[in-house]
Amino acid sequence: MVRVGPVPMLSAMMSRSTSAALATVAVLVASLAGCAPVEQPAPPPARNDACVKDKLKTKTPGKLTVATDEPAYEPWFSENLPANGKGFESAVAYEVAKQLGFARIDVQWIRVRFENAIAPGPKEFDFDINQFSITEERQKVVDFSAPYYLVRQAVIARKDSPIAGKTRLADLKGAKLGAQVGTTSYQAITDIIQPTTKPLVYNTNDDAKKALQNGQLDGLVVDLPTAFYITSSEIKDAVVVGQLPQVGLPEAFGLVLDKDSPLTGCVSMAVNALRDNGTLAELEKTWLAEVAGATELT
Amino acid sequence: MRTVHQPSPIALERAAYRRRQTVRSVLIAAASTGVLGTLLVVAVTGAPGWQRVRQSFLDAGVARAALPEVAAGLWLNLRLLVFCALGALAVGLVVATLRTLRGPVFFPVRALATGYTYTFRGLPLIIVLYVFTLGVPGLRLRGTPPVLVLGAIALILVYGGYIAEVFRAGIESVHPSQLAAARSLGLTYRQTMRFVVLPQAVRRVAPPLLNDIVALQKDVGLVSLAGPIDAVRAAQIATAETFNYTPYIVAGVLFVLLAIPLVAVTDWVTLRAARRQAAR
Repeated sequence: MVRVGPVPMLSAMMSRSTSAALATVAVLVASLAGCAPVEQPAPPPARNDACVKDKLKTKTPGKLTVATDEPAYEPWFSENLPANGKGFESAVAYEVAKQLGFARIDVQWIRVRFENAIAPGPKEFDFDINQFSITEERQKVVDFSAPYYLVRQAVIARKDSPIAGKTRLADLKGAKLGAQVGTTSYQAITDIIQPTTKPLVYNTNDDAKKALQNGQLDGLVVDLPTAFYITSSEIKDAVVVGQLPQVGLPEAFGLVLDKDSPLTGCVSMAVNALRDNGTLAELEKTWLAEVAGATELT
Repeated sequence: MRTVHQPSPIALERAAYRRRQTVRSVLIAAASTGVLGTLLVVAVTGAPGWQRVRQSFLDAGVARAALPEVAAGLWLNLRLLVFCALGALAVGLVVATLRTLRGPVFFPVRALATGYTYTFRGLPLIIVLYVFTLGVPGLRLRGTPPVLVLGAIALILVYGGYIAEVFRAGIESVHPSQLAAARSLGLTYRQTMRFVVLPQAVRRVAPPLLNDIVALQKDVGLVSLAGPIDAVRAAQIATAETFNYTPYIVAGVLFVLLAIPLVAVTDWVTLRAARRQAAR
């Protein structure tokens, strides 16, 4: 489940995003790749000397203050308890803390509204983790860490659809699939699934959802956060069939920090280290694919 | 003895004058067209953004790449057009005939027909399309037709409303003396309509009918909001992939090409009818 307001809106915005925004993501992804060799020596990760607990200028010395919204939704968090370490983003936050030398007990959670976190002005948190897409506009008022999650495309279907419960891409070939026009989701259908029946294309995700609900579609392709949102709160008799291999230039989630925060460099380094040593992929598999049921379609 | 026609000097001079005038007109027309054309070309190609516009709207490579998909989409438009045009003409003719029925006993029929034309001419097409293509299937009735058929029904209902009014205008333009004459010859009301009124009415409204059919040709593509990919949608998809607007131009050119035969046929029909009436 995703944030009620912003995320579906964001994903709609991002999926139709301007080339500028995509370029931002491209640069981020590229810079990630560029960083990789530096971070290479995996466990124990090479750490900048400045990036250790005692030298970090956190809000409360010796503690790491992490924010998210109230309520915090599945599968990014679990049971609205960020401190339980369950759910993808909670797990990521604790791993980042560990990279910076903070013990579990040193991590303090606070609640900050989504909109406030990305508004200009001083912040009460060291970083905020709340499915923030990295965009050029937001980068003008807050800092983003390196991306910890690249948004995947997913197939959702009604429970009585012929493709519900399928696990292989080949099983989707005969399905009547739909997506919003001009999106990465549509690209995922034509490039990855390559169905035998022509996909249906809609002006908006709302029209596409209606068609799914009516049974005019066997499956609908949307990005994974939107898929969780639709299946949990909009179309209750729909399920996430699974997530598709990466396609196109994906939208990226980053940790939000105060503009020009002294921690941004260290936090980014920690995120990059987690990506390089496979922790992020592992967490994605655990919390999004297995627990949340977004099977990897292969 | 045969007399050979000898034009008078005055007649000869008149003919020569007319020839000169014709040549002069042609030259002036050519010159003014040339000047205007040059001005347009200079204004457009000399504009500071022309290079950018040419790249994003007139890219030959993008056009070639997009053509097969756009043409496949146009095939859908064409099939829908034929189906919807026939349907809307039939609905329009029936409703117009019903609206012109006389006699108190036909009041409910007239009222229904009038209500229909008021409602469907007033409703935005896109809303009717939504109701039929995404609303009706939501009932999950057995035997719900495919989305294309539902979309076609919506188009027929909306355009039937316009076309009914065009037909009604035609029917009412036939002079009452024609009806009186037909009835006095012993034709029944139905025969009068069939042999006297409708033939004249339909001929008179052929040009506005064509207008509606050409408009319909562009509107059938709106069915794409329910999923099917028409020419404009195919162009939209290609545009999203390349961030180049040339596919829209490709679709536009194809639409014009599609309209030309339709317009030409109607012009010819109208011209023929006018000639016949003049020769009567």
